[in-house]
Amino acid sequence: MSVRADHTAIASRVAKGARVLDVGCGDGELLALLRDVRNVDARGLELDSADAGRAVARGLSVVQGDADADLEIFPDDSFDVAILSKAIQHMRRPDHVMAELRRLAPRVIVSFRNYGHWPRRLFLLANGRMPSKQSWYSESVLHPCTVSDMLDLAAHTGLFPVAAASVSGERISSFRQGGFGRLNWAADDVIAEFARS
Amino acid sequence: MDTSAACPTTLALMPDAPRPTVDSLQRLVLPAPLSLDCGQVLERVEVAYETWGTLNASKSNAILVCHALTGDQFCAGENPVTGRPAWWPRMIGPGLPVDTDRYFVIATNVLGGCMGTTGPASAAPDGAPWGTRFPVITIADMVRAQRALVAELGIDSLFCVLGGSMGGMQVLEWAVQAPDSVHSAIPIATSARHSAQNIAFYEIGRQAIMSDPDWRGGAYLAEGTRPDRGLAIARMAAHVTYVSEGALKRKFDRGLQDRESTSFSFDADFQVESYLRHQGRSFTDRFDANSYLYVTRAMDYFDLAAAHGGRLADAFVGSPVRFCLFSFSSDWHYTPEESMGITRALVAAGAEVSHIETRTDKGHDAFLLEEPGFEAALGGFLEASAERRGL
Repeated sequence: MSVRADHTAIASRVAKGARVLDVGCGDGELLALLRDVRNVDARGLELDSADAGRAVARGLSVVQGDADADLEIFPDDSFDVAILSKAIQHMRRPDHVMAELRRLAPRVIVSFRNYGHWPRRLFLLANGRMPSKQSWYSESVLHPCTVSDMLDLAAHTGLFPVAAASVSGERISSFRQGGFGRLNWAADDVIAEFARS
Repeated sequence: MDTSAACPTTLALMPDAPRPTVDSLQRLVLPAPLSLDCGQVLERVEVAYETWGTLNASKSNAILVCHALTGDQFCAGENPVTGRPAWWPRMIGPGLPVDTDRYFVIATNVLGGCMGTTGPASAAPDGAPWGTRFPVITIADMVRAQRALVAELGIDSLFCVLGGSMGGMQVLEWAVQAPDSVHSAIPIATSARHSAQNIAFYEIGRQAIMSDPDWRGGAYLAEGTRPDRGLAIARMAAHVTYVSEGALKRKFDRGLQDRESTSFSFDADFQVESYLRHQGRSFTDRFDANSYLYVTRAMDYFDLAAAHGGRLADAFVGSPVRFCLFSFSSDWHYTPEESMGITRALVAAGAEVSHIETRTDKGHDAFLLEEPGFEAALGGFLEASAERRGL
């Protein structure tokens, strides 16, 4: 089975042997990769019980739960890295979730769709309609945001950006320590790493 | 499922042949007296047990299955005494999640039970049945008896201990008492602490039994009576807690039993009444009333946190056991929140823990019923744990 490009990119940011929490870990694909390649102590939280069951069958320790409510079961500083892939915009309270991630780990990796991407801006400008992938009312995204919005939330939470890379389908740029304004314009999806400030 | 092939031919030919008695079941006398939490010491404890599969050369593939309040050691095969089918037929057997082609499965009847292990129906040293002279036992005492049996079988370390409901309490207790002798633990639909509501429901049951004139102060076996009415009511009250309102509505709702309209009497007008009465009646054929008192009391006394300074996590600090908990969304007997509380404590203790809550309307009994997602996840956890243990 081929390894997802964004998973490889995230793995490159995780130190060997680190304690990792993947929030919304799905069937555990990323965690299994991190365990096998980086020898991390891998833990996951996943809302869907069938996915959580598949992750457990991979030998991972996964708690079935809701990131909006259940992160509180983990004590402060339980992890070296907390990862939230493509889920922050689906949370009822992204600010609470970010604060929880900051509480759990000194490093936080978040990937998300960038609503600042120029074709989306153009779409809204030209059509006067939201650039949703499906109908705006049936999307599971509750809180669409841009890279700049995310930096704003990070600052509010007490996190600063360490590096970020743009993701476009299978293509991932290398992580850069600056140029977030350009990412806000040019990146379709973004993987960003934050540290406690 | 056709089970007749498994029966001895004589039984198949003569359906009226008497069933074997509890005394004929496989038992082992523990080599030493058992010291109980209450301070008393039980001499000559017998533990009834069954096994399936083959113990490997390194004795590393043994799984202990712990039964719930009204279960017994026949988790994977028909109970020859009651003629009832295995109580966990979807979970344990060749090719099933607990694969008897691969693992050596042990199941015991709990201390205080009535399927061959020493309990209130057994003979006391004076030859008469113990009755209520039997000491009050705890979940920890049950586990002590199991540990002695497992040691007698020559097994130092269990690959896995699993069980639901009261069986799950034993699993948790095993992990606390003997963390270095348990590789993986699967507590299902259980609690680390009996709630006030749980105690209340079991107290109704005990009062029903003790109010039955045929209980005779617990000496009914010596006096030749049976407190069946009390025991049946106890079972009815408890059974309500094992099913959800959703399942009752789906099965019965307000449907009437064999009639067009209500009878303006206290007959079993409603299907749900008829169902509960049947549950109560059929239970008295296979369970001892005093055992019901003792085993429910053991559950009431169960509070793992209290036994560790009030902080559940302290019971598990540094535990090498891999845990996988399962709970069911409509279980109001031992709720998913209680399983999440255990999970939180295990996380805080630094243990490896998974917890999966299955969405179902089947209530507490869901763990015994068809729940493919639950069964697959449990099998997957065992598979991954077996790989870790090199099985």
